[in-house]
Amino acid sequence: MTATREGATFASGTAADPAMAKHDMTLTLRVWRQKGPADKGRMVSYTVTDISPDMSFLEMLDVLNEQLIQAGDDPVAFDHDCREGICGMCGVMINGQAHGPEQTTTCQLHMRKFSDGDTIDVEPWRASAFPVIKDLAVDRRALDRIIQAGGYISAPTGTAPEAHSVLVPKKDADAAFDAATCIGCGACVAACPNASSMLFTAAKVSHLGLMPQGQPERNDRVVNMVAQQDREGFGGCTNIGECSAACPKGISMENISRLNHDLLGALRAGARPKS
Amino acid sequence: MAVSGIVMLLYLIAHMIGNLKIFAGRESFNGYSEWIRTIGEPAVPAQTTLTIIRIVLLVAVVAHFWAAVSLWRQAKQARPQRYVTKKPVAQSYASRTMRWGGVIVGLFIVYHILDLTVGAVNPAGTDASPYDRAVAGFSNPFVTAVYVIALILLGMHLRHGIWSATQTLGQSNKRREKTVNLFALVFSVVLIGGFLIVPFSVLFGLVD
Ligand code: HEM
Ligand code: SF4
Ligand code: FES
Repeated sequence: MTATREGATFASGTAADPAMAKHDMTLTLRVWRQKGPADKGRMVSYTVTDISPDMSFLEMLDVLNEQLIQAGDDPVAFDHDCREGICGMCGVMINGQAHGPEQTTTCQLHMRKFSDGDTIDVEPWRASAFPVIKDLAVDRRALDRIIQAGGYISAPTGTAPEAHSVLVPKKDADAAFDAATCIGCGACVAACPNASSMLFTAAKVSHLGLMPQGQPERNDRVVNMVAQQDREGFGGCTNIGECSAACPKGISMENISRLNHDLLGALRAGARPKS
Repeated sequence: MAVSGIVMLLYLIAHMIGNLKIFAGRESFNGYSEWIRTIGEPAVPAQTTLTIIRIVLLVAVVAHFWAAVSLWRQAKQARPQRYVTKKPVAQSYASRTMRWGGVIVGLFIVYHILDLTVGAVNPAGTDASPYDRAVAGFSNPFVTAVYVIALILLGMHLRHGIWSATQTLGQSNKRREKTVNLFALVFSVVLIGGFLIVPFSVLFGLVD
């Protein structure tokens, strides 16, 4: 742990700053504690000490949990996996913002974004489609079911075709790739005043809909994915833009417009969602 | 939402331009009101065109309201438990006031029709001509204040509405985004300015 932290300090070239090397931040955390899905839950205050500005937010939570375990308390449950900003597991609301004050994932948010003595509120994503499992951990499988409803292409497996045999215009490839960077973290839902999953679904629809391989199922994909997100109980999109501003991958609002364009086209062409 | 909004928007453009006839004088304004009621005559009975416009508008208002209420309810159900701390970063004041702003504009329309179309709540009463009703109403600073507040809310409603409708109809993209938003702003300001110039001109005695 220490080696990694000092390595990071070196790499960012800030080792000269003595404050950086020290573990001298003390913070007040107000954390949502909820024993299980049936528990009502409440905010609980903790003081964490010895926090380095170079720690990630998750490492800071690790320190809190070590303190809690040593005191014989229940550690705070939070999701995480890759800790390098690509898996999308580590979503929590920090001071009212999805993933906190920087447009990145919680694992990539560093404590230098905060000051010694700060009070930080940490809450789970709040949406009826994301029920709380425990504390900060929520069940995000609703997003998986949206993918299952149409976020795929059907292709015979076997020998892969020669990659150059299907040409993709650069503009489309770039836009599809931008959409494909969505990691399914759910920050868009968490930040949206309507708790809508539109940006997520739009990213998936755009990603496949822009590629030649995505064409055969394009109409069915959009109607089924949209129907599924409604079934999951997400809110409707009113184009407020909180999602895109919170998205760690910067998925843009144009994807939502593209989804709507595809949806209107698909409905006109007679596509109807599977019930 | 988008389609019914656009129908009302088209009406508002025509309405704003029609109102400016007040600067052409009493005869012109009253004649215009008369003309709306006689378009198509004698091929069709009096008020046919006006009745059609009213029905289309009524359908649009009901559809718009119904869609708004379902979105509102859906949003409430989608987040039954609110955040203890929530910090909005991107939403505009306009987008935040769509729901209550829309309700207020809706109530204003009812008042407005009773005021200037029916005359029931107008100081000049139901027997006065449209011109006299407008002058009698707007001479009262309180009436003008109600119009100003409602119209500014309407302007914000349209600002976000135009952008949102462009997205909903799938006509926006990264390149157009700035233009769409700029257009929505300029359009709303011009439209609302065009409406507001009438009550202010009456209030300051330029029209009497
Ligand atoms: C200062 C701004 C406005 C003025 C001076 C104005 C003036 C008028 C007048 C004089 C009439 C009656 C016309 C007649 O009976 O011949 C009328 C009708 C109407 N106005 Fe306005 N108006 C204004 C703003 C608005 C706004 C903002 C809205 C919508 C949000 C609106 C919606 C209507 C509707 C729905 C009618 C009834 C049309 C019908 O006869 O069915 N007006 N207005
Ligand atoms: S669109 Fe952005 S915020 Fe939403 S799930 Fe994908 S990566 Fe997360
Ligand atoms: S833990 Fe994987 S993105 Fe943060």
